[in-house]
Amino acid sequence: MKRISISPPVAALLLAVTLFLLSGLLPNGFGSNLDVARAQATNIVRLAVFLGVIAAGQTLVIISGSEGIDLSAGSVVTLTAILTYIVVNGANERVLTALLVTLAVGALIGFINGVGITFLRISPFVMTLGMAGVVTGAIIVITHGTVSGKVAPIMTRLIARPLSPDLQIPNAIIIWLIFGILMWLLLERTTFGRNLFAIGVNRVTARLSGVNVTGMNLATYSLAGALAGFGGFLLVGNTGVVHLQLGQPFLFPSIAAVAVGGTLLSGGKGSYWGTMAGAIVLTLITSLLTTMQMPESVRRMVLGATLLILISIYGRQRALRQ
Amino acid sequence: MNQSRWDALAARQPALFALVLLVLSLVINVILQPNMFARETLNSNMRVFLPIILMAVGQAVVILGGGIDISVGGIVSIVNTVLATRVGLDGSPEKMWGFVFLSLLIGLLAGAINGFFIAFLRLQPIITTYATSFLYAGLGLFILPNPGGGIPGSIAALYRNSTPFSLPLAFYVIAIILLIWLYISSTRYGKFLYAVGGKAEAAYETAVPVNMVRFSTYVISGLMAALSGIAITMLSGSGNADIGGPMTLNSITAVVIGGNALSGGVGGVVGPVMGAITVGIIQNIISFADIDTWWETFVKATIIVVALATPGIVNLFRRRRI
Repeated sequence: MKRISISPPVAALLLAVTLFLLSGLLPNGFGSNLDVARAQATNIVRLAVFLGVIAAGQTLVIISGSEGIDLSAGSVVTLTAILTYIVVNGANERVLTALLVTLAVGALIGFINGVGITFLRISPFVMTLGMAGVVTGAIIVITHGTVSGKVAPIMTRLIARPLSPDLQIPNAIIIWLIFGILMWLLLERTTFGRNLFAIGVNRVTARLSGVNVTGMNLATYSLAGALAGFGGFLLVGNTGVVHLQLGQPFLFPSIAAVAVGGTLLSGGKGSYWGTMAGAIVLTLITSLLTTMQMPESVRRMVLGATLLILISIYGRQRALRQ
Repeated sequence: MNQSRWDALAARQPALFALVLLVLSLVINVILQPNMFARETLNSNMRVFLPIILMAVGQAVVILGGGIDISVGGIVSIVNTVLATRVGLDGSPEKMWGFVFLSLLIGLLAGAINGFFIAFLRLQPIITTYATSFLYAGLGLFILPNPGGGIPGSIAALYRNSTPFSLPLAFYVIAIILLIWLYISSTRYGKFLYAVGGKAEAAYETAVPVNMVRFSTYVISGLMAALSGIAITMLSGSGNADIGGPMTLNSITAVVIGGNALSGGVGGVVGPVMGAITVGIIQNIISFADIDTWWETFVKATIIVVALATPGIVNLFRRRRI
């Protein structure tokens, strides 16, 4: 009999739907009320947008292989959200400047990560973990513990609300769809994408085939930083307020989302569609736990266990005995 | 000629670099704190350094075997919260020692869980221990959601103020650890450890029990993390589920500046012990250097990243010269 195989993004999406339907059976779930169900589904996807965008950079560095990972993403999100808040300060005309600043700052931090990893041979995990501390330090220096600023009305209009009152889908979801298409183009239809998968599979063969591995590594980490920066910009546009722990809760789920989506944590194989589905699954799990009034500690344990189970399914390496 | 002799020496004695760094930071510390070698000051410094030294020893063994353990901070949190909630400020010494024994079992078990997933299910060490770190830290937070609890003052004083023969207690602990390490590295297990970390495939082909060796390194690391947790609980006298998290990166930094290669198979335990003391002294220097409080996190984190980068920078220059 032919073995039925479901691609990980589809499996993740099925898991999301199942979880969502099950959540309707909870005492305070939507039950048989379809309107409430639709509203809840929309809300979960809307919340997943931010995790999804932050996990985009994570997807790229993980595909690039050699234990690629970006642990500075959480603090970059916080930093860029705060920068947006300060730069915009309520004025519509400064939104574009703020967006450029966040992308540039994110890219710069990512570039420094890339330099440390590529030239100084620091393991990505350790380098980006160290960088997370540096960025957190920078946040404290910049803000002195309190942030004063304001998001512009146009940001809330463009991110949090629907395009027209009849359309009941917030713009964030539409932005995410466009973003997803762009990510797909980047990964599947550009030289960058092809080279990224090539270095993810095997750096030596990639180099011998003429791929500039050093340049690719620097570009990937810079891009990942910029994408985390974009995530921070979107996040503050949605919430309208910032605090010093805004981005940190997204870090672990961003890695788990990539793993749920079937991207190999050892690199060389994966897709952004998978990450999008993974972001929805993780947002769903988190919001389920919140609905069930589970404390922070249980949420952490569930996230840890989820990742552990996932890598046990997807992430096994070959045995020494052949 | 001089250059090549230095290179040969550095290759044979990876801890040499750690020694240079240690002496350098010691000199700066003495300038800032002239009474550093007075019995009281020495003891108050060493009792603060000991938890990270213990953790770094376990981390060093894992890294020597070609892995890494991100969950050590989580294990410290479990041990700390268990001791602080189950023993209590008015607990009896017997109760305390009973739970110290239980803490060691917890460390062994947590390490065995890591080892099982990594050695037998063949998962990537970084991502596996990152997942279990969430599991363990979450459990710590579950046991003690808000900082509090404690251990009897008499037990804490025993750790803080014991100076047998006018030497800090920490010196005896370090001496015992180094003696054990000296013995272990001369046994067959010691050779196996270097073989597995150096090249697992080759080790496997020469009949080294690779999986068992890998498994054992995580168990050792778990045990050392538990000891570290016991030490830091006796130092602080109270419970806080967030106490372990920041220690993880410090332990890795200690191992890296201790001269061990993150790729495994190179180094020892003496270097990391010196590295851990150096990390502690650096934090001492920062607090004495009269840095603006807002800048402290940034400076600390930057120094850690620079410390992590130093072996890479040294290598960069060495390669240039050849």
